[in-house]
Amino acid sequence: MKFLSQLISGISLGSIYSLIALGYTMVYGIAKMLNFAHGDVIMVGAFVVYTMCVTLNLSPILGVLIAIAFCTVLGMVIERLAYKPLRQATSLAVLITAIGVSYFLQNTALLIFGSDTKKFTSVVSISSVSLADGQLIISGETIVTIIVSVVIMVALSLFVNKSKPGKAMRAVSEDKGAAQLMGINVNAMIALTFAIGSGLAAIAGALLCSAYPALSPYTGAMPGIKAFVAAVFGGIGSIPGAMIGGILLGVIENLSKGYISSQLSDAIVFAVLIIVLLVRPTGILGKKINEKV
Amino acid sequence: MKKNTLTSSQKGLRPATKKNFVTYAMVIAFFVIFQTLSSTGNLKNTYRSLLVPICTSVIMAVSLNLVVGVLGELSLGHAGFMCVGAYAGSFFSVLMQDVITVTWIRFTLSFVVAAIAAAIAGILIGIPVLRLKGDYLAIVTLAFGEIIKSVVNVIYIGKDSSGLHIAMSSTGLNLDSDGVIILKGPQGITGTPKNSTFVIGFILVMITLIIANNLIDSRTGRAIMSIRDNRIAAESIGINVTRYKLMVFTIAAALAGCAGVLYSHNIAALTANTNNFGYNMSILVLVYVVLGGLGNIRGSVIAAAILYSLPELLRGLSDYRMLIYSIILIIMMIVNNGTFFVQLREKLSFKLKNKSKSSSDTGKEGV
Repeated sequence: MKFLSQLISGISLGSIYSLIALGYTMVYGIAKMLNFAHGDVIMVGAFVVYTMCVTLNLSPILGVLIAIAFCTVLGMVIERLAYKPLRQATSLAVLITAIGVSYFLQNTALLIFGSDTKKFTSVVSISSVSLADGQLIISGETIVTIIVSVVIMVALSLFVNKSKPGKAMRAVSEDKGAAQLMGINVNAMIALTFAIGSGLAAIAGALLCSAYPALSPYTGAMPGIKAFVAAVFGGIGSIPGAMIGGILLGVIENLSKGYISSQLSDAIVFAVLIIVLLVRPTGILGKKINEKV
Repeated sequence: MKKNTLTSSQKGLRPATKKNFVTYAMVIAFFVIFQTLSSTGNLKNTYRSLLVPICTSVIMAVSLNLVVGVLGELSLGHAGFMCVGAYAGSFFSVLMQDVITVTWIRFTLSFVVAAIAAAIAGILIGIPVLRLKGDYLAIVTLAFGEIIKSVVNVIYIGKDSSGLHIAMSSTGLNLDSDGVIILKGPQGITGTPKNSTFVIGFILVMITLIIANNLIDSRTGRAIMSIRDNRIAAESIGINVTRYKLMVFTIAAALAGCAGVLYSHNIAALTANTNNFGYNMSILVLVYVVLGGLGNIRGSVIAAAILYSLPELLRGLSDYRMLIYSIILIIMMIVNNGTFFVQLREKLSFKLKNKSKSSSDTGKEGV
């Protein structure tokens, strides 16, 4: 029973990682950049929900919707101001700019909300379910997280694979120049990717802080890094890869917390990542790129 | 290049040597000015306490530049090597405190121990490097850095009459009554002698610079840079990519280990957290390297010194300082690399060249 409950909470944590990793992987696929500020968008999302629900006493659903809208706009603004001028620059220059954006978001939050950890009230009002005579208790947050994540992943897969903008996005990530020649507005597609990624980050932020109710300006950093690891795990640039990578990462982390050592769980997660990359250098679902001379 | 070396061999110093001497002169001048200021008591305490950490970040930046700028591989785990060095050095110093009583011998030996420990870590990390490229390599180095940080946080090492004991908890050590715990898991190592001074920091910076510059200007350095510029071409002319990549990782790791010793002998209690040995630190050093210019050693020195002191100098602005720092960072990156500004610079330099072309033609040969 302990194993099952660890597994379920691992899947729940993993679904949050997946939501964040999707943002990473989509941005990487389309703009070929590591958006290190993505983790901090989660934190911004969580703070917006906190402000709406705790300070202004709005209903949780409304709070989350406002957070999604806010982060979507924020993602597009960041892309427009910080990353768009660097479209032609080296990926390292963009990476450093992303780090700058990350510092900027953290410190803005620090100025507005202070450095003390806030107690986040859960946006989920479903009570926990008790199975098998109370041996297995699944919290409402876990259920909602898993359901929401599955719905989002299915919707996102449909959007990317079936809809016209999704097709355009895939085309841009395949070949920017050719996509432009086909009449696709590349800049608009990149902005759309950032918008979707940041919206997902807002949802992830609300779910993450509902499950682990401590909110500070640095809340987003570690989940951001973990999600980045998840994205690489699954093969960066691949959307199903990010989903699988995120869930695997969450399960491994929770199981090692439960059975080996809670202090070493991060080290175990990273060690598994290294082993996976040694066996499959481009991640689980990553495409092998042949070098041309 | 060829023409340059030919003409300059007749006129004395090679251009590369000249460039290196400018760097050394700059560092020496900086050292002399601040050492005089601080020994005559004209330097405020807050600024004096910055001097050793500046040396640490300069060494970190120069050594990371060898990996990122010269070898061309993105590493996000450089602070991990610093962590290994800091713990190895501190551990050695605390362990040998009663055995070797001459401070400078003990301190020198602790640098050697730390450099070896960090170099071994560098080799361990270098092995997967051979299979991975680009962002995948970046994430593996980040992962290694985090693993090192987590592992030192759970290890306990104690010493008693029967030798050293290693365990995962303080009770697991089974020490005799006379035993002392040196490394206390998350509490780290306390009681490291405060041996780091600005003079030692300066000497280390100079050694680092000499190693880095001579590596770059050597046959080995040219081989390494050819791997960066085109791996396949380098391989096809018989350059052993594996060997050179491992070599750079090891050298950079050993130097970072020395920076760690400098760091750990400057603070009272050594602990590992995200800000000193985690990815935050690695990224901070990467920022120095990129802003200083990839492959440019002097740039790394200047960027590390200025960017390290910037948040401290902005301390008067209290809460706003990191915000201002981040905005400066973003603006600098956009001005340096943004399409608009790059084109603007090209236009300007084109105009300047046309103007000064006729006048500079005659005086150019000596360069």
